[in-house]
Amino acid sequence: MNAATLIQAVSDRFPAAVTGSHSFRGDATVIVARESLLEIARSLKEDAAFQMNFLMDLTAVDFSSFGTKPSRGFFSSSGVGVHPSSEIPAHDPWPGPPADARFAVVYHFFSLALKHRLRVEVLLQQDDPALDSVTSLWAGADWLEREVWDMFGIRFRGHPNLKRILMYDEFVGHPLRKDYPVNRRQPLIGPVN
Amino acid sequence: MAIENSGFLTSRLDEAIGWARKYSIFQYPFVTACCGMEYMATACSHYDVDRFGAGLPRFSPRQADVLFVVGTISHKMAPVMKRIYDQMAEPKWVVSFGVCTCTGGFYDNYATVMGIDTIIPVDVYIPGCPPRPEYVLDGLLKLQAKITEQHAIGQRPVPELRPAMQKPEFEP
Amino acid sequence: METRDMLLNVGPAHPAMHGIIRIVTRLEGEQIVDIDVEIGYLHRGFEKMAETVDYNGVMPYTDRLNYVSPLINNMGYCMAVEKLLGMSVPDRCHYIRVIMSEISRISDHLTCVGASAMELGAFTVFLYMIKAREYLWDLVEMVTGARLTVTYCRVGGVKGDLPAGFEEACAKAFKETRLVLKESDTLLTRNRIFVDRMSGTGKISAEDAMSYGITGPFLRGCGVAYDVRKDCPYSVYDRLEFDVPVGTRGDNLDRYMVRMEEMEQSMRIVEQALREIPDGPVLASPDTGKPMAAAEMVDRAKVGNIGSIADRVAVTDPTLDGSARPLHVHIAADEKRVFLPPKEDTYGNIEGLMQHFKLVMYGHGIRPPKGEVYFPVEGANGELGFYVVSDGSSSAYRVRVRPPCFAIMSALPKLLVGDMIADLTPTFGSVNMIGGELDR
Repeated sequence: MNAATLIQAVSDRFPAAVTGSHSFRGDATVIVARESLLEIARSLKEDAAFQMNFLMDLTAVDFSSFGTKPSRGFFSSSGVGVHPSSEIPAHDPWPGPPADARFAVVYHFFSLALKHRLRVEVLLQQDDPALDSVTSLWAGADWLEREVWDMFGIRFRGHPNLKRILMYDEFVGHPLRKDYPVNRRQPLIGPVN
Repeated sequence: MAIENSGFLTSRLDEAIGWARKYSIFQYPFVTACCGMEYMATACSHYDVDRFGAGLPRFSPRQADVLFVVGTISHKMAPVMKRIYDQMAEPKWVVSFGVCTCTGGFYDNYATVMGIDTIIPVDVYIPGCPPRPEYVLDGLLKLQAKITEQHAIGQRPVPELRPAMQKPEFEP
Repeated sequence: METRDMLLNVGPAHPAMHGIIRIVTRLEGEQIVDIDVEIGYLHRGFEKMAETVDYNGVMPYTDRLNYVSPLINNMGYCMAVEKLLGMSVPDRCHYIRVIMSEISRISDHLTCVGASAMELGAFTVFLYMIKAREYLWDLVEMVTGARLTVTYCRVGGVKGDLPAGFEEACAKAFKETRLVLKESDTLLTRNRIFVDRMSGTGKISAEDAMSYGITGPFLRGCGVAYDVRKDCPYSVYDRLEFDVPVGTRGDNLDRYMVRMEEMEQSMRIVEQALREIPDGPVLASPDTGKPMAAAEMVDRAKVGNIGSIADRVAVTDPTLDGSARPLHVHIAADEKRVFLPPKEDTYGNIEGLMQHFKLVMYGHGIRPPKGEVYFPVEGANGELGFYVVSDGSSSAYRVRVRPPCFAIMSALPKLLVGDMIADLTPTFGSVNMIGGELDR
């Protein structure tokens, strides 16, 4: 299925759960409510129309400082005009960052049989970043979710072993959040410099 | 301990020991990252490091005398490196291979140790990202010179305390 | 008689580990009963650093992800940002990127097979393969200027064109590589010790592999023919003819065979690409190409003497080899706001100078439209994907690398439980774990 039909199929199957969708640059994307994530994921994996047997990637984005970087350019409008390419699909506008959610957990699915990709986003608020784990469906989600917990502090309910994976246990804070300064070091031994 | 005060025979002996030591370096290659590829290239046929006597890596710290720290050391790895260094028996030297171990490289962030000489004393620094094998051999020769003149209990450099690295924010 | 399990800690500083990782194994005699893998010892904060520098500034960081095949990472990141911008690059540039990527892939497989052979005791094979790798690195150095961390691609093109004499040098390097592969094949493939240690160990079924998200030679060893270059083709791979080797049993020996055959296929791709590449202008020799020292060009331009420098080629530093103006049209997309102008324009006229400034000054530079893209390429270990989110400013908002060996490492318990402790070495060797990619 191409991007448009894929989005249509998912929206038809779960009309209440899908809160938004787009296909910017040809990447089919749906934004779903967090309660229905597990159900949608199961359907994506098992249904013959989708057959998403690969969970390629599971990551998160912290939107809290989106667009706040001062642009020092003189005529500093966003977006550079380039000659459109024939290889990249026509510009379907991106709806913009989530209005009131801080985090977006992003899943990339791929189907080997049908050769289509889908991106699923779940928006989470700052005060309760928790979500169901999909480890029961794809075994690779185990480590991917541990990394999201380590870097962003988003909890996954039902995860067998949610502990830090890239940082050491004594580390305080979640480094990829926008409020963690890039060079705040917490050395185990040696001086703080 | 100073050479000038010893007799003729003892100083000749010291020189002989220094000569023997520099041509029989048993290295502990503490390889972490990209510099490991250049370390492999230096150790293999094209840029052979065996002709300098340093071709036998010993993978136990008790049996090694030069600790080659190759590649970025993160804060998670630093205690391990210190432990390996402590386990080595005297005489021991440390070579800091690659700019990530010298000063941290361009990874000025929460995860990287900005120079291993803040934790263990370093004898020879080989900067480069990664250093070409010729630079490594140059560093090795400098290490050999140091070994010859230093003897067993030579001057040991002291671990440095560096001031905090601040990234200047551009203010128009 | 009472038996107890033993906990054996392998690593983080261990000779058989390619890179630093800690494996805590629970052994019952010689058999592995349980495994716990701890990674993160080389976490260098790639994703956080990418948010602090501009789009082209991320390129050196991408080199150091999978540091044995840096050009593939460069290409993947560049194509992701180009997709975000919605632009394409000239054909010759595509071919150059493909050629360099495949050379990188060959050097990755050489390192992987060589190192795992060394750990099984075949030290000679390691030396032969590193010798072949040196020939390839000479090629890479001829084109990019560096052996390992090349930073060759730019958003919108590559840094410089292929130098004169590249095809002959490439043919020579491949002849040496093929000799080395033939020798290694003779030494290893029907070697009783090698086959006994590699076959039957580290088995994983295709369904389990897909559930873990494993791709690349690992998955192809299990019998699933998924290759991003064939199934979701990008760049000019759809015009090139090559086969995808597939194994049957999913054990270490099959993966070794897949990698050996892939090297041959990569050489085939490069040779085809060199035949089909659209012609570029031959780099004008200093005698005939009207060279002019860059400083003199600047001086003449400053006094307004444009006519005398309009058709000249600036002689600049050797690090800028291959990016002269006649070559520029082939190595860079024709986009003023994305790619730096050739030095003749930077020094020679005001438009070039302005274009250079607008791309290089802090806060200016490439500013893609707000959006998010995911772009997968075939890395040496599997699907290497870049997910880039842009907020319209000069540096990326979020860059995420989907590391192929992360998925494979998470499946290590599945691969090893049930095998003997001595099978840890060949299995771990065939995983081809690269610390820079795993921990980023």
